[in-house]
Amino acid sequence: MNDVFTLKGKEILITGASKGIGRSIAVICSKNGAEVHITARNSEGLENTMNLMHTNGHDLHTADLGITEEVNALAKELPILDGLVLNAGIVKTMPVRFIKEEGIDVTFDVNIKGSILLIKQLLKLKKIRENGSICFISSVASKKMTVGNAIYSASKGAINSFTKSLALELAPKGIRVNAVLPGMVKTNILQDSSISEDDLKNHLNKYPIGRFGKPEDISYLVVYLLSNASAWMTGSLLTIDGGYSIS
Amino acid sequence: MENDFIEILKDVFEVDEIGFGDRFRDYDSWSSLTNIALIAMLDDEYDIIIDDKEFRGIETVEELFNEIKIRTA
Repeated sequence: MNDVFTLKGKEILITGASKGIGRSIAVICSKNGAEVHITARNSEGLENTMNLMHTNGHDLHTADLGITEEVNALAKELPILDGLVLNAGIVKTMPVRFIKEEGIDVTFDVNIKGSILLIKQLLKLKKIRENGSICFISSVASKKMTVGNAIYSASKGAINSFTKSLALELAPKGIRVNAVLPGMVKTNILQDSSISEDDLKNHLNKYPIGRFGKPEDISYLVVYLLSNASAWMTGSLLTIDGGYSIS
Repeated sequence: MENDFIEILKDVFEVDEIGFGDRFRDYDSWSSLTNIALIAMLDDEYDIIIDDKEFRGIETVEELFNEIKIRTA
């Protein structure tokens, strides 16, 4: 394989890396040669991710992206980065009629506001290298709706717009910004939501490939976006969903 | 607690009367959305996270109320 796909020598930050998709991205980036910096609220989960990573030289930063002071402190601690993966996110399933203000705030703070503030700080501190790559983990839920997920979908829709806008702004510096829109991936985020087993079984019928995603399915696309192989790609929203959105 | 519980159910299912013997899945407004709403309300109001299997075993309003009483005792 041509080494244009390698992450060797690249410093990559991954948020929400204590479990699920973020953990998988961290591990696979490390296997592809990156020096990985991981962050999340849960330090125990981060330690576990560290133990799964290939080789040494990686580090972890416990921080809550919902708290501005912690975002600023994180930006200060980090070295100059070649790549950022904004993956931290939460799901709260609730019909609109029962949404509470606090639920909206928490979802938007974690899913979008924290990422925006982190990027702003890193740009201010000149900690994103020219020709770097920023990759958001959005969701196919931003384009294809399911009942009860209005706030989650809205927060992911905000990510999509921000991705394109930031891509335009950073293009003169050669920094690329793209978003990945995964379909249903089997992670613990599902167990924390109110989705029933029956609903999940019915939902699976809408996936032409015949299975839900695995975290590594998403990670390989992220590696492509972080590598020099995607040098001409920016402002793109890449759906990866086993065919869900065409079914 | 009993009155609050009944008021929550009235709100979720958009009905004026709730009887303890009612099978809530028989309400006209029962749907995947009210199912989600009910489970989310139990979490919000009573800090109860009820898994899908257990929830399917609960059929009447009374059974649901008793389950909450046991878990919040």
